[in-house]
Amino acid sequence: MDKGSISTKFLNVFYAEHQALKDVSVDIPKQKITAIIGPSGCGKSTLLKVFNRLIDLNEDTKVSGQVLVDGINIYDKATDIYSLRKKMGLLAQRPFVLPMSILENVAYGLRIHNHLGNNKIDELVEHYLREANLWNEVKDRLHASASKLSIGQQQRLCLARGLAVEPEIILGDEPTSALDPLSSERIEKKLIELKNRYTIVIVTHNIAQAMKLADFVIFLYYGEVVETGKSEDIFKAPQELMTQAYIKGEYLDNIWLEREAKISRRIGQGEGI
Amino acid sequence: MSKIKKRILEEKLFKLLSLVFFVTVAMLFIFMLGVIFVKGVKGLNLETLTQAPKCGYYSGALGGGILNAILGSLYLSVAATILAGLISIPVVLYLNVYLRKDSKFATFIRFSFDVLWGVPSIVYGAFGFMVMIFLHARASLLAGIIVIAFLELPIISRVADGILKMVPKELKEISLSLGATQWQTAIRVVLKQAFPGILTALLIGFGRGVGDAAAVMFTAGYTDSLPSSLLRPVATLPLAIFFQLGTPFPELQQKGYTSALILMLVILFISILSRSLTKVFQKNLLR
Repeated sequence: MDKGSISTKFLNVFYAEHQALKDVSVDIPKQKITAIIGPSGCGKSTLLKVFNRLIDLNEDTKVSGQVLVDGINIYDKATDIYSLRKKMGLLAQRPFVLPMSILENVAYGLRIHNHLGNNKIDELVEHYLREANLWNEVKDRLHASASKLSIGQQQRLCLARGLAVEPEIILGDEPTSALDPLSSERIEKKLIELKNRYTIVIVTHNIAQAMKLADFVIFLYYGEVVETGKSEDIFKAPQELMTQAYIKGEYLDNIWLEREAKISRRIGQGEGI
Repeated sequence: MSKIKKRILEEKLFKLLSLVFFVTVAMLFIFMLGVIFVKGVKGLNLETLTQAPKCGYYSGALGGGILNAILGSLYLSVAATILAGLISIPVVLYLNVYLRKDSKFATFIRFSFDVLWGVPSIVYGAFGFMVMIFLHARASLLAGIIVIAFLELPIISRVADGILKMVPKELKEISLSLGATQWQTAIRVVLKQAFPGILTALLIGFGRGVGDAAAVMFTAGYTDSLPSSLLRPVATLPLAIFFQLGTPFPELQQKGYTSALILMLVILFISILSRSLTKVFQKNLLR
């Protein structure tokens, strides 16, 4: 099975004049947790949106380069965008439950993609709610409104809803940033459990979380990849000055400017791009 | 210190001013409703509510009630609101789900609705009348329904459009990220979230339709008999008020006030109904 790998080749994304991603070429291995780290506004969430093509919804956006999912370029004209998105479960920053009951939230994806009887639906809903460790808390009120759940429960419901469409890849856009520490930990534990079966990509501000969860790390800054590598390497022996500073929580702009200046000097000296 | 005192004084003054204006408006409103109620309630009895006028074109002076106008108004406005809703909901879904936010076409459509909203209803009536002459059609319930539906269309569309715009973008993204199509998202998520608001839009449209006199005068006509066919004229409450109050006879003028009271009660009933329906449907929504 070679399902669930993502790689990008010279990916550029423009929002109108602003370039959000610059020549991003990364490989995201299957069935591992990859963390995308970097400060706010550096293009982390954009990268996730490129993967499931939710970026298509933004106006005035231009994407160039290649994004290969399971070896196939998803920006090809022939791409079936609905099957692509079905392949990718999304955990958003804030849990957004659908305006329906708990049961219907999980059943939503099932109903969209298949014609199933109610018994089968109930059975699958239970399965995925158990998978997201939510079943025991909600089994007596499956028909209650999902918006009545606590925010931590809502995020686990979102996970169950995402898993129900049987994705290969789980994308998490700071999936724990709105949650209390206890709820965060439950989600983190769950993600570690799930990585044997799914490719997981999470965007996070939280270095500690990245250290705890990630097998691979991608460090983005101002839309550029600064460094990628195995989690141990990045956190213990980062190659780039920028990465060292970011992990230590230092101010980055000066180092960045120096680095830029060095690169442009190099280009000026005829080393080429 | 004095600066703070000045600010506190300012605050009190402004509060007082708001209160004065509020009370003025409320009193005016209560006075108006009160007069209609006091004058109308005298003629409110079983006969008025359950019988058509017994005799005399437009009149009912010699006994009978205004059931012709009550039923006519209800048939006409309910049907027109349903028709207008059936047309405008797909239109606003198209505007909000398929068209881009910066779409020139969408801006043009919204602008047209705004203009149409402001068009006086007599213009709709005159236009309908012209078409009817062209088709050699006579005034009828059907013609009234169509014209009132067009009158309500821009109102319902514009209000529903505002409601759909308020549906969080993330909700659509979630549905799409699960592999749903735009259409599935629109029907199963967006409409569901917006449903109470759309009911309100329909109610506002209904209110405009049921209270309109000018457009129905040309197209639905008036009659003393109960509505019997889509192709026959019907009476409506606003026109009943107009004709009854326009006569020099006190008994008839009394009927006019009663008609006004009933019109108000119809609108009150519909608002209460839609409010309670809204509550039923709101239980699952995100807020």
